[in-house]
Amino acid sequence: MAFKTDYSRVQGLGGAGDGVHHWWIQRLTSVALVPLTILFLIPFGRALGGGYEALTATYGQFGNALTAILFLSIASWHFAIGIQVVIEDYVHGNAARITLLIVTKLFAFTLAAAGILAVATILFRA
Amino acid sequence: MADVNRGNRPLSPHLQVYRLPLVSNISIITRITGVGLIVGLTLIVWWFVAGAYSPEYFASADWLLSSWFGILIMVGSLWALWFHFCNGIRHFAFDLGKGMELESVARSNWYVIGGSVVLTILTLLLV
Repeated sequence: MAFKTDYSRVQGLGGAGDGVHHWWIQRLTSVALVPLTILFLIPFGRALGGGYEALTATYGQFGNALTAILFLSIASWHFAIGIQVVIEDYVHGNAARITLLIVTKLFAFTLAAAGILAVATILFRA
Repeated sequence: MADVNRGNRPLSPHLQVYRLPLVSNISIITRITGVGLIVGLTLIVWWFVAGAYSPEYFASADWLLSSWFGILIMVGSLWALWFHFCNGIRHFAFDLGKGMELESVARSNWYVIGGSVVLTILTLLLV
């Protein structure tokens, strides 16, 4: 830090202090979700409504479980940063905005953790 | 310098009297579908959690999601997902600075709308 100029320390960071990081993560998760959506939907749609046997037959397979874990966790991440933009656009006043942002992030973390744990449990039990 | 055209210039569009172009409505619907998809995502995670919890609990979750009401939400979410997906793909092109001419946008508007319907039907046929 001592050998950096003030300019090089802030270059690319902008007013929000983290540059295009948020924008970039939104694009990164979008790109990941393109194949994951397709790979997740087909086995899920086939298992849905098929009872416990269909669940264990589908998600007892490593590939289906891995796809489901990746889809649910990255979709939760994509959701968290997407909703953040919506809240920042429409909710004014620090108290309401910060509360909603915290609730959104914690909810997204919970969804991702619950999804990962549940699919892993089904895989290990099957 | 005096503006000789004062009073006769086009007004800036006001949201309450301005009919939004299709691309703007698609943009708004993409945001609405993004927010709405949390219902489907939460229900799917709940379905998996029920499956991890016990076969009995799973039976009721699986029954609810495949009841007429569950299917209504799932098919609605499926269309919302594909709509959000299609416009997301178009935004990758926009990010690269491609497809932003008016004629091109007018065409891709219908790719997004048509694509969301076709992909929804295709998914329903495959599952």
